[in-house]
Amino acid sequence: MNLQMIFAGFGGQGVLLMGQLIAYAGMVMGKEVSWMPSYGPEMRGGSANCSVVVSDEPVGSPRVEDADVVVAMNKPSLAVFEKSVVPGGLLIYNSSLIDEKPTRTDIRVAAIPANDIAAELGSAKVTNMVMLGAVAQLTGDFTAEELVDAMRHKFGPSKEHMMPKNREAIERGMAAAKG
Amino acid sequence: MNRQMMKGNEAIAEAAVQAGCRYYFGYPITPQSEIPEYMSKRLPEVGGTFIQAESEIAAINMVYGAAGAGARAMTSSSSPGVSLKQEGISYIAGAELPCLIVNIVRGGPGLGSIQPAQSDYYQATRGGGHGDYRLPVFAPASVQEAVELTMKAFDVADRYRTPTMLLGDGAIGQMMEPVTMPEYKPAETDKSWAATGWREGCGRERAIINSLYIEPDRLEALVRKLEAKYKAIAENETMVDLQYMDDAEYAVVAYGTTARIALTAVRNARKQGVKAGLIRPITVWPFPEKVICDAASRLKGVLTVEMSLGQMVDDVRLAVNGQCPVRFFGRTGGMIPGVREVYDQLMSMKEGL
Amino acid sequence: MATVFERPKFLTDTPFHYCPGCTHGIIHRLVAEVLSEKFNQEDVIGVAPVGCAVFAYNYFNCDMYEAAHGRAPAVATGAKRVHPDKIVFTYQGDGDLASIGTAEIVHAATRGEKITVIFINNGIYGMTGGQMAPTTLIGEKTTTSPYGRTAERNGNPIRICEMLSTLDGPSYIARVSVHDVKNVLNAKKVIATAFEHQAEGKGLSLVEVLSTCPTNWGRSPQEALKFVAERMIPEYPLGVFKEV
Repeated sequence: MNLQMIFAGFGGQGVLLMGQLIAYAGMVMGKEVSWMPSYGPEMRGGSANCSVVVSDEPVGSPRVEDADVVVAMNKPSLAVFEKSVVPGGLLIYNSSLIDEKPTRTDIRVAAIPANDIAAELGSAKVTNMVMLGAVAQLTGDFTAEELVDAMRHKFGPSKEHMMPKNREAIERGMAAAKG
Repeated sequence: MNRQMMKGNEAIAEAAVQAGCRYYFGYPITPQSEIPEYMSKRLPEVGGTFIQAESEIAAINMVYGAAGAGARAMTSSSSPGVSLKQEGISYIAGAELPCLIVNIVRGGPGLGSIQPAQSDYYQATRGGGHGDYRLPVFAPASVQEAVELTMKAFDVADRYRTPTMLLGDGAIGQMMEPVTMPEYKPAETDKSWAATGWREGCGRERAIINSLYIEPDRLEALVRKLEAKYKAIAENETMVDLQYMDDAEYAVVAYGTTARIALTAVRNARKQGVKAGLIRPITVWPFPEKVICDAASRLKGVLTVEMSLGQMVDDVRLAVNGQCPVRFFGRTGGMIPGVREVYDQLMSMKEGL
Repeated sequence: MATVFERPKFLTDTPFHYCPGCTHGIIHRLVAEVLSEKFNQEDVIGVAPVGCAVFAYNYFNCDMYEAAHGRAPAVATGAKRVHPDKIVFTYQGDGDLASIGTAEIVHAATRGEKITVIFINNGIYGMTGGQMAPTTLIGEKTTTSPYGRTAERNGNPIRICEMLSTLDGPSYIARVSVHDVKNVLNAKKVIATAFEHQAEGKGLSLVEVLSTCPTNWGRSPQEALKFVAERMIPEYPLGVFKEV
């Protein structure tokens, strides 16, 4: 396994956290992982992105240029990172906020209305978890349980009460990706 | 301890605490501010002292004070702040005090950028401040290695009574990777030279923590003493990592984050049947010149990759000493070289282009 | 035979290098007497400056540091934080403390670092050969104010005690002079009080001592003492500016 991923969106969409949770999940699975954020003023509301590598061998470059998976949470991110997907790779985009379809035909494309699903769940905060569910489903590399475990790792026991809602969001994202 | 995800800056700070550092003095600057933030929370838990100093200059002089008093002490900053610290680093080297300075390098010159860079290589490996001195410089390429080298840097500092530097870059500071904190026991060191309070007949000389030698013959004697120390450090403490070098015909020389990028490029080249390898200096001073010199005798070409206009490449050329062609590729200003760019350079070197 | 005068234990037997008529020697002796009367040698760590007192580590008979120019309060901060049970003092001149080291003294003061600062104000850079100091009086000629200091050309003199006494961190701020016997005796009392503040764990204590530099002032030792009394004290009034 050598999974190279890019997560991109607005600051505040939980893009960096999505990447961290995938990295945590990879670590818990015993893989070599790295998470590298864009950093600086852009984290205050501008664009944000991170590179995640989950691999069987020690991670080389922590910065992903040729991505197996790109997750685009908003329109500018799609414009920037659509071209970073390797042929045959996977592009998952947030169709709640992106009204244009990706143009590439040599890759798998999945439209997930993440904001709409989150709204149905009554919490805009779980939009990123919906998307993460879609990632798990479409890559086949992570289970809902592993992602919830990753959240526990990241947030500790004090946030246990948040887990059911987040699990639900992950599962709804998985279902949306299946359908 | 369990494997846990840690941000490079926080891992460095925790490693310092694990290594017995109880005195941290620093000033915020991106991309290393997580180090003072972490220390401000962590050190009071272990009875340590954190001071947010009024400037980087004050911070390094507080380190001078604490290290001179016999404590494990450190400061951290990023490029512009490390320039400010150079006065104190020179005094610390002259006074032979052990301490750790962390530089999480960002693009320069001037205020520069806040993105990763390696353009402080000359400054770090040539001493940095005024006068005849060097300091051991450790350049981690992963968060785990940043932890291990932080601990080692304190030991080397104590063993040789020298300031040491951990030279990271913005990516090392900001990225998260799994870390296992090693079991650590500080090496036994004699600090009877420290200013701890003296009285006549207490069994040691009065401590004078000092770098002033007004008579030139005495200063020359001190610098000769430092020179002998640096020779011993070069002899004993040089660290280098070799990947795919056994049968390599072409080698990339790179350190820190750049070495990670180069490693992927080397693996990609291997997939194309090109016998490429990676030489990764872990200490950039002392520089692994013998290893590179030895390797160069069997190589058809060396590609040096840096996040700078080419600084380490000078040391590579000195080490290769004309035995094979040395090529340089760099991105600078906070731009990170791409795997593809490095791969293309490697392939074109092979093609003799 | 009764001993009526001896070298305090806090002075080494190294002869001072100071110029004839310079009052550094008196101030060294006052500090050493106070330390000797109050503390054991092992209880005290000192920090020397850059300037005429750069060799103070050769004279004060305890563990000593030599700090970079102006940085003594930062060095003392590091030392004191490691050894909170020790008495830590700095001895700094006006170029050191009031020019290049303003950030360090202001912030050590506002943090309330439990250190004692002996600040020598003689209105000149002595060691480097008589250049203008931040405390040089208006009208005074120095090698870098050859036409005489003017506010317009060179800026105004700086009053450290007045400035620092506005801060909450210091516990004791005073200015004294050593131009005559009465003032020397008073200076010793004030220096003693400053060290008591540290011993009691209060904030930063600082004593500014008006001092002479006959060599670089171009005045005889007697004229220099008169200059302190008649010209410096009106600009730098003596007294306790803050006491907590």
